[in-house]
Amino acid sequence: MSPAPALEAVDVTRSYDLEGVRVDALRGVSLTVARGDYAAVVGPSGSGKSTLMHLLGGLDRPTTGVLRVGGRDIASLSEDELAQVRNATIGFVFQSFQLLGRTSAVDNVAMPLVYRGVRRSERRRRAIEALQRVGMGHRLDHRPAQLSGGEQQRVAIARALVGDPQVLLADEPTGNLDTSTGAEVMALLEELNRDHGVAVVLVTHDLEVAARARRQIRVRDGLLEPDASCSEEQPTRRAAGRKR
Amino acid sequence: MRLAEAWRVAVTALRANRLRSLLTMLGVVIGVAAVVVLVAIGSGAKQEVEEQVNGLGANLVIVVPGRLDFGAAPTKSRLELSDATRIERATGQQVAVSLSSGETVRFGGREAFATVNGTNPAVPEVFVRPLARGEYLRESDVDTRRRVAVVGSGLVEQLFDGADPLGRTISVGGVRFRVIGVFESVGGSFGGNRDNEVHVPVTAAQRLFGDNRVDAFALKAPTTDTIDEVSDQALAVLADRYPDEEFSAVTQDQILGTIGRILGLLTTVLAAIAAISLLVGGVGVSNIMLVSVRERTREIGLRKAVGARQRDITLQFLLEAVLLTTLGGVIGIALGVGGSLGLSAAIDQLPAVITWWSPALAFGVSAAVGIFFGVVPARRAGRLDPVAALRTE
Ligand SMILES: Nc1ncnc2c1ncn2[C@@H]1O[C@H](COP(=O)(O)OP(=O)(O)OP(=O)(O)O)[C@@H](O)[C@H]1O
Ligand SMILES: [Mg+2]
Repeated sequence: MSPAPALEAVDVTRSYDLEGVRVDALRGVSLTVARGDYAAVVGPSGSGKSTLMHLLGGLDRPTTGVLRVGGRDIASLSEDELAQVRNATIGFVFQSFQLLGRTSAVDNVAMPLVYRGVRRSERRRRAIEALQRVGMGHRLDHRPAQLSGGEQQRVAIARALVGDPQVLLADEPTGNLDTSTGAEVMALLEELNRDHGVAVVLVTHDLEVAARARRQIRVRDGLLEPDASCSEEQPTRRAAGRKR
Repeated sequence: MRLAEAWRVAVTALRANRLRSLLTMLGVVIGVAAVVVLVAIGSGAKQEVEEQVNGLGANLVIVVPGRLDFGAAPTKSRLELSDATRIERATGQQVAVSLSSGETVRFGGREAFATVNGTNPAVPEVFVRPLARGEYLRESDVDTRRRVAVVGSGLVEQLFDGADPLGRTISVGGVRFRVIGVFESVGGSFGGNRDNEVHVPVTAAQRLFGDNRVDAFALKAPTTDTIDEVSDQALAVLADRYPDEEFSAVTQDQILGTIGRILGLLTTVLAAIAAISLLVGGVGVSNIMLVSVRERTREIGLRKAVGARQRDITLQFLLEAVLLTTLGGVIGIALGVGGSLGLSAAIDQLPAVITWWSPALAFGVSAAVGIFFGVVPARRAGRLDPVAALRTE
């Protein structure tokens, strides 16, 4: 295991400029996601959870502070380099699935590999493999509209997995699903974390789901709250050296 | 690989909006088709003129009074029949003479309008003017001002209705002439139909028109290299005799050069006007691409989120725009080629020639239009921020 944690945020802020009014979505957050970690991000609506996930996934850049992906400060990367880092190390599962409507499940899943320069036949092979891992091997050529919500979320997870990421970031992966389907998706994420060593960070409003994670990250008003279950988590800067 | 994927995505996107894609192409289709048709007709006209001018004969030198400039007023000729003899002596070449005018020609109850050309026996030596029947004018016909005529095949058709014209008497401008020969058909539509000519002895024509001059001389240089020499010799004779007058010696190359320039200019101007449609089509493509980028903002956001670089997205949309215009270009070329062939088949006077470069150029231009008008929407797509793009509805 390399010494650098998978993701590291140091005193990160993110402000938006809304027609001249400054909105501080994150106001100084420090956090480490170790390899193989399993963390749940919880907090009230509008507290900055999604903003944090976007930053951690390299989809967005912090206003101030340092964000490292695999030990590399993303401030030093160009847009295109950052895109390649996302492609190589991060799998993102969006709350609203974000599947392409006119595209089959297998092509949706294979898409990240296009931007890695993988051959078409190889892309298909690996996409089928990823779909099988999430139990969707029998729905390869279905369009998203022909799938149930749970199935669509599985396809979205398969797409996040297909590139063998070190970190899976899931923003409310069960938010649109009923309880039992949500439980299946959660079981899938847990299995990926347990059996394949993929670090998982997920946002959830479901306290039961959050409780099953190894640790909870509580966001309120753009700041992290001390973690009850893992008190060594605060301040996070010290956590960089912790085991696992 | 990425290019192949971009290609697939672009084709899929165009297919998904078939009607919209077709309507967007229309401007390019019309523009390209119009340019191809106009160039084809222009080239056809040029080729026809070339065939006719070259069909007159080889190494010709035409001597006319006055200066041959654009806008120069036609000069009243001062040339005389005897000048032809002087030029013959100086150059050693036979000199054909011409004095022509339009006249009504009648036979039986029929009449036709013809170009009556007063000439001499040198004509068949200088020009390519084969006879279908009978014989051409002789020296004695000119000397004795005999009223004999050699008529074009077009006139024979109009006047004789299948009857044998040889030996018949026709009325030319009210004067009776006996037909002694019939020209082979040579056709031609530019500068008068040569099948509608009547050749009579120049002396007879002078009396008929009440004129004692001739319009022009024509000589044939023995070789291409001697054209200039023969011209100079002929002009020297005339300069000697008419010191205060100007004369011009025109070669076939000069005629072709002048006509070619006029036709080329005309074709270019018309094609440029037609190309405006291409431009308008390009603006339409730009517009539709902007719509397409907006519609697919979330797709763009997603692609960037999973690792697409700016240039991957830009390439994808640029390819879509170029595909749109080149497809329009290909359809336009097909329509243009079909249209010009159809037009020239339907209308006799409208020859059309498809040159290899005009479809190639049209294709290249439509691709360039796609790139030019696609680059702004495509770059806008490439620069979209992934988080903001994913948020859009
Ligand atoms: N693009 C933006 N422009 C302006 N303000 C924004 C933008 N994105 C987020 N915000 C603001 O930042 C704050 C945090 O938003 P964020 O989406 O991170 O909340 P969240 O915790 O994910 O909420 P939810 O649980 O409802 O998804 C909100 O007040 C939101 O209005
Ligand atoms: Mg959110």
